[in-house]
Amino acid sequence: MSAPLLEVDNLVTHFRSDRGLVRAVDGVSFSLERGQTLGIVGESGCGKTVLSRSIMGLLPPKNVVIGGHVRFEGRDLGALRAVDMRRVWGAEIAMVFQDPMTSLNPVMRIGVQVTEGLRVHLDMDKDRATETAIALLKSVGIPEAERRMHQYPFELSGGMRQRVTIAIAIACGPKLLIADEPTTALDVTVQAQILNLLQDKQRERHMAMILVTHDLGVVAGRTDHIAVMYAGKIVETAPTATLFTEMRMPYTEALIRSIPKPAAPSHTRLRAIEGRPPDLVRPPVGCNFAPRCPYARDKCHDHEPPLEGGEHAFACWYPI
Amino acid sequence: MSALLEVTDLTVEFPTGPGRKVHAVSGVSFSVHEGETLGLVGESGCGKSTTGRAIMQLPRPTSGSVVYDGQELTSLRGDSLRTVRRQLQMIFQDPISSLNPRRRVHDIVAEPLAIWNVGTKDARDDKVRELLDAVGLDAAAATRRPHEFSGGQCQRISIARSLALDPKLLICDEPVSALDVSVQAQILNLLEDMKVRYGLTLIFVSHNLGVVKNISDRVAVMYLGKLCELAPADDLYARPAHHYTSALLASIPVADPRVRPGAAPDAVAGDPPSPIDPPSGCRFRTRCPRAEAHCAAAEPALREIAPGHYVACHFPIGENDGR
Repeated sequence: MSAPLLEVDNLVTHFRSDRGLVRAVDGVSFSLERGQTLGIVGESGCGKTVLSRSIMGLLPPKNVVIGGHVRFEGRDLGALRAVDMRRVWGAEIAMVFQDPMTSLNPVMRIGVQVTEGLRVHLDMDKDRATETAIALLKSVGIPEAERRMHQYPFELSGGMRQRVTIAIAIACGPKLLIADEPTTALDVTVQAQILNLLQDKQRERHMAMILVTHDLGVVAGRTDHIAVMYAGKIVETAPTATLFTEMRMPYTEALIRSIPKPAAPSHTRLRAIEGRPPDLVRPPVGCNFAPRCPYARDKCHDHEPPLEGGEHAFACWYPI
Repeated sequence: MSALLEVTDLTVEFPTGPGRKVHAVSGVSFSVHEGETLGLVGESGCGKSTTGRAIMQLPRPTSGSVVYDGQELTSLRGDSLRTVRRQLQMIFQDPISSLNPRRRVHDIVAEPLAIWNVGTKDARDDKVRELLDAVGLDAAAATRRPHEFSGGQCQRISIARSLALDPKLLICDEPVSALDVSVQAQILNLLEDMKVRYGLTLIFVSHNLGVVKNISDRVAVMYLGKLCELAPADDLYARPAHHYTSALLASIPVADPRVRPGAAPDAVAGDPPSPIDPPSGCRFRTRCPRAEAHCAAAEPALREIAPGHYVACHFPIGENDGR
């Protein structure tokens, strides 16, 4: 078997702050095969966004402590020089961010932004790049693509802007697309359209995709695997169907239970998780979730459980 | 059940340059019964928040009537409006920006009591203690400032403040949208508890259909400033009659991998049109799978198709369409 497309090995990203070291990502390992989709799910502050930026190498240069390895097709991305990393960005790994208004340049026409990657990475001349860009915009469902090429981002709706960022991301045929909360800023009917679009493009181009989200509903029907993060660590990872039916980690169960379900009768009492996530400067000694866990016993407060298991791994001393 | 609040033909327009205006809310009518929770749901720009605010007369509606407990709020001015507003309170989406960062929690929660000079200082302090306890905060929280609290805790403080004057009607504008799901569930449960404990009537504005279903007795769906459908919550979700409601329901991402997304036939294409120049007739017709020429020509009126189930559509789902 050849090496997986992406291998993340004991990745650590800590930020220095006045209060001490913030353990945003604290020893995360996973791998992703070509053409597969992975959902990374967790609440705000769990480290999911820092993780995706660490994989991309998009962290500020100062006050960051990085450890572990990110291997893409066997190459250690952390060891690449900035100039080599630029050949990876866009061409091999591309990213779609949460807010399409801030990820597009407000003073550049759409056409310039879509053709930029094509000209830099694929060395296309202007006419070819323009032609390709129009085809790309059409393929992501933008009507009147020729006219849109001359427009600025503010002239487009939120959903249309996110379609543009997707067109830019897939322009150079990346092998991996990282979508970080791509639909959080969008309305629910538009969200469904964008998620369907991402899925279509991922299948059509056989890209691998990492879908980062706080919403289990977004990843439920659209990923092969899910990794649940809590306080900087992966606490459970499994094939998607398994995770929902045979969850072992109490946090996963609590997260699924606390979502109000449209199918449940109104006024159904929600099973909230009491308390709140730990301070990442001073995480608990044992399991990070133990202070909020209904099943926690003494051992959980004293010893940290390792993430163990094969395809379905979980970090819990007393799994469900 | 009597109607505590009667909103009739509420219209709110905002000028945006010469001869142009945003039709934020256009002729919306509904009533809210004492002790119930009415959910207002829709996508951004549909006018749901503006409706909530216009009930408070913030801003004043362009036209229409808002009758609270027998009093016409749109004609009240000055002190008489301020007096009624004691009974109507609001909580907002962003709990952190709705609290003054320089003040201590005790002063924030006591502010409404101080403004109205309710009771003695000791009585006010007791009331603050009771409220903080009711919303699940330690007594020690009183001397701290908002930045020391998480979003969920700040929302608890906002709720405590909104309850200080024993209001009857609480308008909640996206109160859990800025919160994580685990905290969201805590706040929804808290609102349910407060409703029982203090005998509240709630108007709950949200874009999240799951959340609205959970907390509401009846749900009103809005689209581009218009009311599309209004029905008891369980009925609306089980038997949506408006094509927009059906599309919204089909778009909810369900946390169940057995549900195949994208397979929903009712999912709509495109974006909502601009409220500056809304479509003629039915405002949803430009995205509606069932639209005909008649929908552009005549605006559908809100009518009752089943007991308590109102819909504004010429061709509602389940009526003479062979389904």
